[in-house]
Amino acid sequence: MSALFEFLLRMGDNTLVLGHRVSEWCGHAPILEEDIALANTALDLIGQTQMWLGLAAEVEGKGRTADDLAYRRDVIDFRNCLLTELPNRDFGHTLMRQFLFDAWHKLMLTRLCDSSDERVAAIAMKALKEVSYHLERSADTVIGLGDGTEESHAKMQSALNRLWPYVGEMFEADSVDDLNAQEGVTVNPSELRADYDRIVYDVMSDATLTIPDSRFAHRGGRDGSRHTEHLGHMLAVMQFLPRAYPDARW
Amino acid sequence: MSNEWPLWEVFIRGQHGMSHRHVGSLHAPDAEMAIKNARDVYTRRNEGVSIWVVEAANIAASSPTEKGPLYDPSRSKVYRHPTFFDIPDEVGAM
Repeated sequence: MSALFEFLLRMGDNTLVLGHRVSEWCGHAPILEEDIALANTALDLIGQTQMWLGLAAEVEGKGRTADDLAYRRDVIDFRNCLLTELPNRDFGHTLMRQFLFDAWHKLMLTRLCDSSDERVAAIAMKALKEVSYHLERSADTVIGLGDGTEESHAKMQSALNRLWPYVGEMFEADSVDDLNAQEGVTVNPSELRADYDRIVYDVMSDATLTIPDSRFAHRGGRDGSRHTEHLGHMLAVMQFLPRAYPDARW
Repeated sequence: MSNEWPLWEVFIRGQHGMSHRHVGSLHAPDAEMAIKNARDVYTRRNEGVSIWVVEAANIAASSPTEKGPLYDPSRSKVYRHPTFFDIPDEVGAM
């Protein structure tokens, strides 16, 4: 498996898995306006998935399509960060997860606009506009709920405490990242951490939330070695139709 | 009702040169979120280049029961309507 293919899977699986998670809110969000906003975010992420996995399939050159990669791989072949596969729980928890991902996503895409691979740069430029809005929206919501009522503050703090151990994985680098960084395709994710911490610190200060001290990080998503138990259940729902009715058309 | 976010009226400018038009309303906790919600609810099919929101409570409206005194007197004054001009096509939208 080439390093470029692996990198494209990591980008595409992040957006695919988070996109599906966010889409689970469709018809269930607390108010109509948020329902539509979340559906828009989910659609943006799925659209980005088509580009990342489409390019991954092309780079792999084995005749697979983006759909094959999305619907016909099992858990161990997924390369998304653990953060993106965690269940939605409540609305505040979903928006906290979104913010923690969006902040990383925007920094990463900004850097990928300068990728030595023009195809990667083109996808990044298109996605960056969408993701800049995602970040604005999720940051505002985290601040609004964190600095809101006693109940919303408590829920946001507990969401941050629960999700914080999943942040570190987004900044880990392995040999795949080193190879791609050498080629100028991508940057070493660890380079993004300082900027990320600044963004998160500013938003959490406005939200009157306390960032946990621990830097402990769950890992195993982006190299597929140990996903959480949640991903399999999610894939069972997401992949049901193409697995039950392979090549169905309508 | 006190737990409900206030109602905002949304106005969208469809393209440069046109005026903002009322497109509907939505709920939001503040003006910033109202604009974000308007973006998500009313411009997802590329409808707009500019958004205005105004809290519905801040709109003063004429009363339907006074429509007689307000509007009827102008009905009989046809000379106020320049309907006898032909507008050249090149003028475009007016």
